Amino acid sequence: MDFGEVTEAVMYERYITAASTYAHSIDHLFLLIAALVGFWLIVAEVVLFALVFKFREKEGQSTRYITGEEKELHRWITIPHMLVILCDIVIIVPAILVWYNIKQAQPPADRTVRVYAQQWAWSFQEPGPDGKLDTDDDVRTVGELHVTVNTTYHFELMSRDVVHSFAIPSFRLKQDALPGRTITGWFRPNRVGTYDIQCTQMCGLGHALMAGRVIVETQQDHAAWLMRNSNPSLAAQPAAPAPAPESTTMAEVRR
Amino acid sequence: MSEQVQHAGHDHPEPGFFLKYCWSTDHKMIAMQYLFTGMAMAMIGGFLAYVFRMQQGFPNHYVPGFGLVTPGRYNEVVTMHGTIMIFWVAMPVLIAAFGNYLIPLMIGCDDMAFPRINRLSYQIFLLSAIVLLGSFLVKGGAFGGAWTAYPPLSASGAYNLTPIGATLWLLAVALEFVAFLLGGINFTVTVMNSRAPGMKMFDIPILIWMIVLATVIFMASAGPLIAGAVMLLFDQTMATGFYDPVRGGDPLLWQHLFWFFGHPEVYVVLLPAMGIVAEIIAVFARKKLFGYKSMLYSTWGVGILSFVVWAHHQFVAGIDPRMANVFTVTTLLISIPVAELVFLYIATLYGGSIRLDTPMLWALGFLAEFLIGGVTGIFLGSSGTDIYLHDTYFLIAHFHYTFVPIAIISVFAGITFWYPKMFGRMMNETLGKIHFWGTVIPFNVIFIPLFMTGMAGDQRRIYSYAQFAEQSRPALQHLRTTSTIGLLVMLSFQLIFIFNFFWSMRNGKRAEANPWRSTTLEWTVPSPPPHGNFAELPTVYRGPYEYGLPGRADDYWPQNAPN
Repeated sequence: MDFGEVTEAVMYERYITAASTYAHSIDHLFLLIAALVGFWLIVAEVVLFALVFKFREKEGQSTRYITGEEKELHRWITIPHMLVILCDIVIIVPAILVWYNIKQAQPPADRTVRVYAQQWAWSFQEPGPDGKLDTDDDVRTVGELHVTVNTTYHFELMSRDVVHSFAIPSFRLKQDALPGRTITGWFRPNRVGTYDIQCTQMCGLGHALMAGRVIVETQQDHAAWLMRNSNPSLAAQPAAPAPAPESTTMAEVRR
Repeated sequence: MSEQVQHAGHDHPEPGFFLKYCWSTDHKMIAMQYLFTGMAMAMIGGFLAYVFRMQQGFPNHYVPGFGLVTPGRYNEVVTMHGTIMIFWVAMPVLIAAFGNYLIPLMIGCDDMAFPRINRLSYQIFLLSAIVLLGSFLVKGGAFGGAWTAYPPLSASGAYNLTPIGATLWLLAVALEFVAFLLGGINFTVTVMNSRAPGMKMFDIPILIWMIVLATVIFMASAGPLIAGAVMLLFDQTMATGFYDPVRGGDPLLWQHLFWFFGHPEVYVVLLPAMGIVAEIIAVFARKKLFGYKSMLYSTWGVGILSFVVWAHHQFVAGIDPRMANVFTVTTLLISIPVAELVFLYIATLYGGSIRLDTPMLWALGFLAEFLIGGVTGIFLGSSGTDIYLHDTYFLIAHFHYTFVPIAIISVFAGITFWYPKMFGRMMNETLGKIHFWGTVIPFNVIFIPLFMTGMAGDQRRIYSYAQFAEQSRPALQHLRTTSTIGLLVMLSFQLIFIFNFFWSMRNGKRAEANPWRSTTLEWTVPSPPPHGNFAELPTVYRGPYEYGLPGRADDYWPQNAPN
């Protein structure tokens, strides 16, 4: 089911980039639903207006006495009924498939990052050049998540206070962050660029300031960024009890 | 007036102000009080919408009549708009006002089964409204944690910064629920026990059925939320930890309790609205409702299914992802009975003789607009697309396409239809039609752009998109501004309605008992009905929608006419 260029032209992808591998599958599902329910909407509206025009009150017009319980009229209800059920099934199956691929089946991770939500900032913990979390070369950032293009990421999402929601519209990614739990999800960016991270769950006074950015880079750029911001000599060593020499890239979280 | 009433016990002198307005147990007086309170709250809710739409359309400008909208004020205004419009406008007007006014009149009895409980219900409701409005005045301001009040944000003043407002909000909602539980018991008991002789179950007008089903759904779903609200109150004020993970609680518990009530609540207000529309369509198309029994069974189906769809509000909330599959299926299943209802309404028009008076315009407007609300729900009920659309303006536009038809359009339909009965005068038709078009067209101008901004990723409850590069593009801002202008036009047309409403009370053409030539019992009594309603309690001989029966001189056959 690839609508390719058509999708680009007619759908909301004009307004919002599709920058992850599953973005298109959500957009295609949207298009499928739009076609089906659009058809029903137009049919219902046309019938409604046509009946109103056709049966306007006229001189000497008498109404027909129809109870709607006559046998021969049943098909006027059963046929649309069956069609609605059919459309429901045609929507339910791909909806669940899309959901399953995004939220249930997690492809193996190339890298894993941690995402912390708090009032009112996003902070991230990314493995350093050793590729492992919780070692001394981890890179911790606030407001900016740096990822490599065409790499499957798992994220471990946590909240430090209230319910937040980690949303990257360009990835079609959304997941609430709950205090007291770690929720794992995944994404695979496939387009280099800088995209917004939103909080989409009301989280208090600074809800509108809780912006972040995800920066999708090429392999080389990302490696260079990691080298600049991590301490490679500490790679692969277990985290010391002493405060880790962490480097923080301060993004403009609250301008 | 009272001398015409032959009931012993209703024959008392004109009471004083206190007895008449504060202690009257007459269902019509209580209904009017609910109606006027609801309309006053609707004006406040509309003003709040004006405030935050102005901030959206013209960011960081001075809003005339309010001032600058700071983030804290924005959160307050958004939270209160949602709370007021659902709990203090839709519920009291659709269920309490129309239910109180019409149930005794349409089933042919003199008053509700428990008139004093009815009075108590309104007193508590008024108190709840005062508590809610009072929360604007306390230190820290009104609650600003969204009308869904998710903890831990709502549970701790340190997080929401409105500790007093949050508690008052919760108290107001709890009080309001007490009021409607009292009312709900009353409604159900009255309809089951006080029907006129001869009125069998399938002779009850569909509106009354729908109000009863709505109150049954409400009473069955409110319990968990009240329990949840008590726990939240304890968390706020007594430092318990029901929703605090550090102390073994779980924030998701609230979400389940809230939405277990919150989704049936949608149908609690939808059903009376659909009932009003059904009555009006039958009268103005001069047609028997197409498939009365199918309509009733579909309504039951909607009511039962509404209890098993709540988690579609929580697809991405951190529940087990496998749950989403179950709730996607149940959510889309509910499209079947709802679609059936709409088909039956449309089918009723076939073969009719349709008069487009103002009430009929509103009823048809309800169908045309509610269809849009219904089909856009499919995008959100499908788990796959909900990942992206959840909590965006697409969702806002969707539920306003359901709630505006429910709480605004059908209410106008009901008011314009029963106004002659309520006040004994006709409303002005020309003003009514201007008001109709001036409301329905701008309504679409408000929300069609919001579908588009939602598809472009605008998240809700954001006072300014300045921090979000993708959302700050001028194209999206144009859409937001268009929407705001739509709202300004729509609000200004409401002045015509307010004028028409009050002007017609004194200056409208006098209404006869049955100006629309309708069959149901409320039209057999004088307009307005006297205390005690029926001079002689009616006997019912047939169903409520006998229009256009072949071989009769009149094209309608009232329920109480022996032949």
